[in-house]
Amino acid sequence: MTTTITKPPADAVPEPPKNGKRRLGLKAARAGGQHHAGPIAYVILAVFTLVSIFPLFWTAIAASRDNARLAETPPPFWFGANLFDKLEVAWEDANLGEAFLNTTIVATISSLTIVFLSTIAGFAFAKLRFKGRSAMMLIVIGTMMVPPQLQVIPLYMMVAKLDWTDQLQAVILPSLVSAFGVFFMRQYLIQALPDEIIEAARVDGASSWRVIWHVVFPAARPAMAVLGMLMFVQTWNDFLWPFLVLTQLGNPTVQVAVAGLGRGYTPDQALIMAGALLSTLPLLLVFAIFGKQIVGGIMQGAVKG
Amino acid sequence: MSPSHDTAAAPPVKEGGAAPARPPVESPETLRKRARLSRRWQRDVRWSPYAFVSPFFLLFVAFGMFPLIYTAWASLHTVELTAPTDMEWAGLRNYTRIFDDEFYWNAAKNTFTIGIISTVPQLMMALGIAHLLNYKLRASNFFRVVMLAPYATSIAAATLVFVLLFGRDYGMINWFLGLFGVDNIDWQNDKWYAQIAVSSIVIWRWTGYNALIYLAAMQAIPQDLYESAALDGASRWKQFLHVTLPSLRPTILFTVVVSTIGASQLFAEPLMFDANKGASGGPQHQFQTLGLYMYEQGWVNQHLGRASAIAWTMFLILIVVGIINYVISRRLRASS
Repeated sequence: MTTTITKPPADAVPEPPKNGKRRLGLKAARAGGQHHAGPIAYVILAVFTLVSIFPLFWTAIAASRDNARLAETPPPFWFGANLFDKLEVAWEDANLGEAFLNTTIVATISSLTIVFLSTIAGFAFAKLRFKGRSAMMLIVIGTMMVPPQLQVIPLYMMVAKLDWTDQLQAVILPSLVSAFGVFFMRQYLIQALPDEIIEAARVDGASSWRVIWHVVFPAARPAMAVLGMLMFVQTWNDFLWPFLVLTQLGNPTVQVAVAGLGRGYTPDQALIMAGALLSTLPLLLVFAIFGKQIVGGIMQGAVKG
Repeated sequence: MSPSHDTAAAPPVKEGGAAPARPPVESPETLRKRARLSRRWQRDVRWSPYAFVSPFFLLFVAFGMFPLIYTAWASLHTVELTAPTDMEWAGLRNYTRIFDDEFYWNAAKNTFTIGIISTVPQLMMALGIAHLLNYKLRASNFFRVVMLAPYATSIAAATLVFVLLFGRDYGMINWFLGLFGVDNIDWQNDKWYAQIAVSSIVIWRWTGYNALIYLAAMQAIPQDLYESAALDGASRWKQFLHVTLPSLRPTILFTVVVSTIGASQLFAEPLMFDANKGASGGPQHQFQTLGLYMYEQGWVNQHLGRASAIAWTMFLILIVVGIINYVISRRLRASS
């Protein structure tokens, strides 16, 4: 892996309080904030990197093999010849094309709505004074505690009554709010949006909506992007509710479609792995491309003390 | 771009009409106009906060609060999945039924043990990784992104992979352990091994995510705290114990609460980990969680009323956990 050790190993052990050395450490602290990582740190991180990636990597290997090879020891560590055949069959069998389209629709609508609503509500909680503010914020935080299981049964009854089973709106509507989103934007805006800027806009006679549009949205843009990504991933991976209201034959999301793959009479392991790989690939691509921004955004939101 | 830079760069908002007239003498016309504007402005300041939070609360009432109360109502009725709108009053019978069911207590115990096995190591490892990532690091962005990759994986896909990896006869984990002379472990049928296997999926998916949350909080710790600690001769470990950990306390509590909630709702992992893809959580219910038990009662046995009762007991358990958390955090705050 990419963990060439470049720093003197002495850095990893706590330095003795010798004068010269300590001053060096302080200078480093002032310059970049941190000490350099020692080789042990790199080794541990490399192991974790391996553990993080290996199951994904192995999914592709298993998908490229046949069942006979998967039922041998030692298990295969490198690709076989069947990858693209299996991917094609899995795509057809699990109706993944439609599932991808469905999931994209659901995740896009939910995450955009959540970001918008969370930003304006988060701004109100962070910067505006109004009666009942702390009580309402308490409710928001409290709702994060409510398990989705509690909502699932009446929602199911509602959906059944409206005849929305297998319809996408049954999945979209309940996922339009996120207490976490409100909390997240509030925390961010408290730090990232100085009161003076709002006051200045106010003094200039800007209405609340103009303040939102011209001050809050620009200031919140990094956090909005991060929240949007997080919510997209979350809705994409949501399992319980779609699993209950959507069937594999109706309008499955990717999760529902993939869950169905493992249910054959004689499960074709390689095929299942191919489906699992396909279901995860788009999100991994998003992460490969925007991962740095997502991570950077999370970091940036918290750096300002 | 730092956020503050962003806002500073935003053009100052000006409303032409509202700008006060320069000359010191003002006509009654402007004064009246100004009074009207000021009234509107006050109304705006007063009510717009409610406008901003109301969409959230409206949707929340419809899809959060209403279902919450309705579940309580449904839990007092006999409701069948086949006719979800036919409700027959049953009093507390659903509750006595599930409390008499040994599988309820089994599921509660499993949820608790799996919750502990998955949450404790996960958060501790996340803390350690965050600490390492907080060093000046080559390829630090690479590590951060990679740590988040499991989070991007779908539960369904991840669990299917782990089922294969944890296979008894040909699974990679048993093969690997075999290299060290460990006999094949039956990860699916042995109670504790199955719970560990299910927990490992949770740990795998969420450790990196939590590490990033910790890392973000660590980077917000002011450097001078470390500098003065270093001046006092505190070693790195001491600095971690006496500067980093106390500063992270709110974040740690936050992640504990979130992970606890997550653990109490565990559903997809045990469902998909079952070789028969049933809702029983293994042939001896050895890894059936409360979430799975609720699903079994409601959607397999079709007793929605009973499932509602299970859902409410889960909620009550969470409330108790929340109160305990609150008490602990207050104690900690008081002691510091």
